[in-house]
Amino acid sequence: MTVQPEDARRPGDAFLALRDLRIHFDTDDGLVKSVDGVSLDLAEGRTLGIVGESGSGKSVTSLGIMGLHRSRRARISGEIWLDGEELVGADPDRVRRLRGQKMAMIFQDPLTAMHPLYTVGAQIVEAYLAHHPGGTKREARRRAIEMLDRVGIPQPDRRVDDYPHQFSGGMRQRAMIAMALVNNPQLLIADEPTTALDVTVQAQILDLIRDVQSEFGSAVIIITHDLGVVAELADDILVMYGGRCVERGPATTLFEAPEHPYTWGLLGSMPRLDRPLQERLVPVGGTPPSLINVPSGCAFHPRCPYAELTGGRSAGERPVLAEAAPGHHAACHLPIADRHRIFAEQIAPRL
Amino acid sequence: MTDTQPAAVPSPTPSPERDPQRAPLLKVTDLVRHFPIKGGGVLRRKVGAVRAVDGISFAVHPGETLGVVGESGCGKSTMGRLVTRLDEPTGGTVEFEGRDITHLGAAAMRPLRRDIQIVFQDPYSSLNPRHTVGTIVGAPFKLQKVATEHGVKRAVQDLLELCGLNPEHYNRYPHEFSGGQRQRIGIARALALKPKMIVADEPVSALDVSIQAQVVNLLDDLQRELGLTYLIIAHDLSVVRHVSDRVAVMYLGKIVEVADRDTLYSRPAHPYTTALLSAVPVPDPRRKERRVGAAPGEGGGRILLTGDVPSPINPPSGCRFRTRCWKAQEICAEQEPLLELLSPGQQVACHFPENQQSPENQVTTP
Ligand SMILES: Nc1ncnc2c1ncn2[C@@H]1O[C@H](COP(=O)(O)OP(=O)(O)OP(=O)(O)O)[C@@H](O)[C@H]1O
Ligand SMILES: Nc1ncnc2c1ncn2[C@@H]1O[C@H](COP(=O)(O)OP(=O)(O)OP(=O)(O)O)[C@@H](O)[C@H]1O
Ligand code: SF4
Ligand code: SF4
Ligand SMILES: [Mg+2]
Ligand SMILES: [Mg+2]
Repeated sequence: MTVQPEDARRPGDAFLALRDLRIHFDTDDGLVKSVDGVSLDLAEGRTLGIVGESGSGKSVTSLGIMGLHRSRRARISGEIWLDGEELVGADPDRVRRLRGQKMAMIFQDPLTAMHPLYTVGAQIVEAYLAHHPGGTKREARRRAIEMLDRVGIPQPDRRVDDYPHQFSGGMRQRAMIAMALVNNPQLLIADEPTTALDVTVQAQILDLIRDVQSEFGSAVIIITHDLGVVAELADDILVMYGGRCVERGPATTLFEAPEHPYTWGLLGSMPRLDRPLQERLVPVGGTPPSLINVPSGCAFHPRCPYAELTGGRSAGERPVLAEAAPGHHAACHLPIADRHRIFAEQIAPRL
Repeated sequence: MTDTQPAAVPSPTPSPERDPQRAPLLKVTDLVRHFPIKGGGVLRRKVGAVRAVDGISFAVHPGETLGVVGESGCGKSTMGRLVTRLDEPTGGTVEFEGRDITHLGAAAMRPLRRDIQIVFQDPYSSLNPRHTVGTIVGAPFKLQKVATEHGVKRAVQDLLELCGLNPEHYNRYPHEFSGGQRQRIGIARALALKPKMIVADEPVSALDVSIQAQVVNLLDDLQRELGLTYLIIAHDLSVVRHVSDRVAVMYLGKIVEVADRDTLYSRPAHPYTTALLSAVPVPDPRRKERRVGAAPGEGGGRILLTGDVPSPINPPSGCRFRTRCWKAQEICAEQEPLLELLSPGQQVACHFPENQQSPENQVTTP
């Protein structure tokens, strides 16, 4: 099991562990609490999916793990443990060395991650040599071709000298994965890796990530708001709302017996090809929370249809993550029995 | 209903395209758009062409929704721009209400611009950030010099309300709204002149699932209340199933299949459609487990297409899908399959269509 209650295990036990991670930004409008107390554990060889609506803090969390919030306006606290090493307090140079070597990231838009004026090959070579100071150009180029081949680029020995714009969207995404994997990272973070792609290419990329993981035994975090993609890849799922984790657990129980009213809303709002056609979609009502003036108590309470069933606690007191089923945690004041009854009677029939 | 909207419109009949009496609202025949590629040098001679839309025909009937799906770059947006006359076709015709509008000049198009409106994909860049919502939604009235019964402001506020926005937000700017709200503003603007038809290019792609559901419901409601006809371009097959009466599948500038929604999703005939449907990720972790070892297309088995979409500059001979098709035979390279009627309500362009019905199956089909 990779997901455990906060601080129940020593952070050193898991390959990646976050403890009460907070990432706030000082802005002219006020303090933006993008990530506000997230904890998780992830073992090697496992995949964690992070889902949640736009603006819930998914990307800020992953950039934080990669040590990419170095602006003076970012305030980071808490702990990030990677293979027994704490990163929040670590020397930025040390984190930079780990990045691209022990941990790597795939972004939504490959064009922002690849330089338009250098060939695809040159960029992979550079990523390789940065972490193999003794390596030769020739060896690096061989490795680049091998990686392009590995991710399914046809004629890699020729395409290695192409510029990013000469690749199609799917090929660029694969080239970026090749670049991220060139040093066999043990932690791979994929932030919306397929959102810009079509379903047939998306399926190829998801397979590729799965293959790579089983081959290298890496730990993978996949971030998306496409619940279908998460179901394809993740062993465990973490649901974010307003910068916090509101639910997490094994993928199967999270989809089949979700505990949190926000997760119900998320699952209920998407049209599904594997279900009979619904007359009407059911959106989560209301608007996403402000991260500057986060609603009191449970941040979801202004939109939650069940808030009044908690005798005022929803608006007054912040719920903590508590175990609802083995390895499955949710932060909600509704008593577990009530939650299960509401889910069985009102939610499950609609999903 | 507000007084700026048309009086009650009969709700669309379930399958208008089945009724041969009803003339199509929009009819497109052999539509072509090639973008020339110019060589270097002083003469900038044409050295080739991107065959973005390469001979497509379809019709959209009053009150129905035609969904258009297909991979990135297959020509969906180009088609949308052609039928709304934002772009000039290289060949073919576009008819609206029986009238050929293919080459109408700007002046002759003006009254038609009221009838056909387009909603764009990106709710962030398609609204001018320096204009208030009132100015944005009211602009069509000014451009078209349309008189409104109770003034433009009142008309705009009615539209905002119709689209589920607060009429008091008249003086706010786009950045003060969420993505879903901005998309509603774009829809309100498109509705200002009471169009007959709306072409929506990826109206929900930039939105996340819960907001997407709001906009999809809004489009549904507006169609029911105003009798609108939609051409909806999208790449999310679950959303397209939800909103469409019929669906057209495009591949590399061509329509490879058009069918009634239920037929297309239950008995896709073109191998590309089958592959597309099988690749949609389904939010059911157990399906992934079942999928391992399953035969293609069965029990959650997925048809994995290899390779990328070929370039629209040099499309493959014969059937354009043949470079990725697992059923391809010699004839597929030699002879282009034409879009032909396979069964009532289903047209397909393939020499070896999928899900060919055996006679006993045909008896049970309605
Ligand atoms: N550098 C920054 N300064 C101030 N606010 C920021 C900064 N980066 C992110 N934010 C804010 O933090 C919040 C979370 O952003 P984040 O990018 O993590 O969202 P997300 O969950 O990845 O959403 P999406 O699904 O749209 O990618 C947003 O409200 C965003 O505006
Ligand atoms: N103005 C243009 N000049 C040259 N080529 C163009 C132009 N507009 C589009 N194309 C090309 O025409 C083809 C079809 O593009 P189009 O934008 O219609 O695709 P699409 O199906 O809408 O794709 P997407 O799903 O990515 O939006 C692409 O190969 C594109 O590069
Ligand atoms: S704590 Fe209250 S508001 Fe929050 S999800 Fe539970 S019931 Fe809803
Ligand atoms: S015509 Fe041939 S290549 Fe084209 S889709 Fe049909 S079987 Fe495949
Ligand atoms: Mg993000
Ligand atoms: Mg497009």
